[in-house]
Amino acid sequence: MELAIVAAKALFILLLILQVMALGVFFERKVSALIQDRIGANRASILGFAGLGIINTLVADPVKFLLKEDIVPAGADRVLHFLAPCLAVIPLLVTFSVVPFGDVLVIGERVINLQAAELNAGLLYVLAMASLGVYGVIIAGWASNNRWSLMGGVRGSAQMISYEIAMGLALVGVVLTWETLDLQAIVRAQGELLWGWIPAWGILYQPLGFVIFAVAGIAESKRIPFDLPESESELVSGYFTEYSGSKHLMFMMADFVEVVLVAVLVTTLFFGGWQVPWLARDGFHLPWGGSVLLPSIAVAALQVTSFALKLVFFTWLQIVVRWTLPRFRYDQLMKLGWKGLLPLALVNVVLTALAILLWGERVA
Amino acid sequence: MSPIAFFVVAALAVASALGVVLNRNPVHGACALVAHLFLLAVFFVGLDAQLVGVLQVIVYAGAVVVLFLFVIMLLNLQADVRSMVGAPLVFAAAACVGALVTLILGGLREPGAAAGTALAQGYGETQELARVLFTRYALPFELTSLLLLVAIVGAVALARKRG
Repeated sequence: MELAIVAAKALFILLLILQVMALGVFFERKVSALIQDRIGANRASILGFAGLGIINTLVADPVKFLLKEDIVPAGADRVLHFLAPCLAVIPLLVTFSVVPFGDVLVIGERVINLQAAELNAGLLYVLAMASLGVYGVIIAGWASNNRWSLMGGVRGSAQMISYEIAMGLALVGVVLTWETLDLQAIVRAQGELLWGWIPAWGILYQPLGFVIFAVAGIAESKRIPFDLPESESELVSGYFTEYSGSKHLMFMMADFVEVVLVAVLVTTLFFGGWQVPWLARDGFHLPWGGSVLLPSIAVAALQVTSFALKLVFFTWLQIVVRWTLPRFRYDQLMKLGWKGLLPLALVNVVLTALAILLWGERVA
Repeated sequence: MSPIAFFVVAALAVASALGVVLNRNPVHGACALVAHLFLLAVFFVGLDAQLVGVLQVIVYAGAVVVLFLFVIMLLNLQADVRSMVGAPLVFAAAACVGALVTLILGGLREPGAAAGTALAQGYGETQELARVLFTRYALPFELTSLLLLVAIVGAVALARKRG
């Protein structure tokens, strides 16, 4: 029974993430079209209703990729060429096991913590698995036996390592604030109220940390303005130039899952995760008095919905950023990472530590 | 960790370690090294040391070997490579490994405190580890960071163009 519950939770979060990812692909098609004043995927409507087109394109796209011929270039390292897309996707998908998508669900006697794996070092686990994603890039670049691919792979690994440092340091401030690495505990702590009415979401304590993390996160996902490993106009398609069919699909999937991962982390650490303002375990308790009591299942449903909506919003935001900004030059990219974000993240750590030292824990 | 899981992981770990040494292709060797380091992290988690396991992945699998691969690709090392190892080096290496194995076996023969004792409350958790690190082992910890700083400064000094 315990095992079944864990499996159900794991399946739930995985499906949730994949749904948001699919929505991300749809945004990529239609929002980009909106931004560039064109129609975009113009077969994306069913019965004249563009919204239904989500289903249409999202089924058509993968089927197209799956049916294409899988080509391995001559001189490629066949084993590593096959392994690289798996290495790009799998570490990313397992990160979501420690992400809490709700508080608790009470069914009869049983209290279910809505988090697939309760890990004491949850945040570090996410970072560890995300840091393995770089192998997909670097191995794909090398195994393809193609100079463009190799250039993309080398650029990608240098970029991901550089920005991982700023990203990790930005999270030090978060950990100092909440005094735990457990994501569920971090989200629960964000349910407190400041002055009795403002939800104490992480962004209020860590505004600088949020900016650094968001920028580094977008850089980690290798998308415009940081898409130098792929940069179509220089490297064809960078490290996955020599991939076709379902392997190409896996790299695209890894890209979008990474976008969702950044959205998940931003939501969980800075925007209260599954928190709904003033919603406690037994219902709403409004700050101006009055409360609405709800059953546990309704509370859990509201929390999961809140989490999902925040995810969709931050995924959408990243797509908009991608289609708004031009690409960096490589030296600018490195400059921003090492001379901009890294010192800023260190300043953030020192400031957070000072604030905690002076005003005690978590006083705004 | 159940015995079956242990032996499966151990066999994989030994196989990947052999892969590091026996592969002629440096990229394959580095990949085997990643696999090996990851499997070591699995052992740590199996020993209730979640934090150490996760740090193992972040530092070694996620950063150090990436740099190895990066350098291998920049230098464009080819599969073959001449053997740079003469007989004296082989003997020295064998002696080192032998000494290490003897030491480890010697350590195993001592019935250490670990055998049969229950784990302390919060064993392997972040808070416990941090407490020990910043109280009992504060000096070695800070000295290590100083050592790393010296290494970084040294690397920068070496890399600067002369003249």
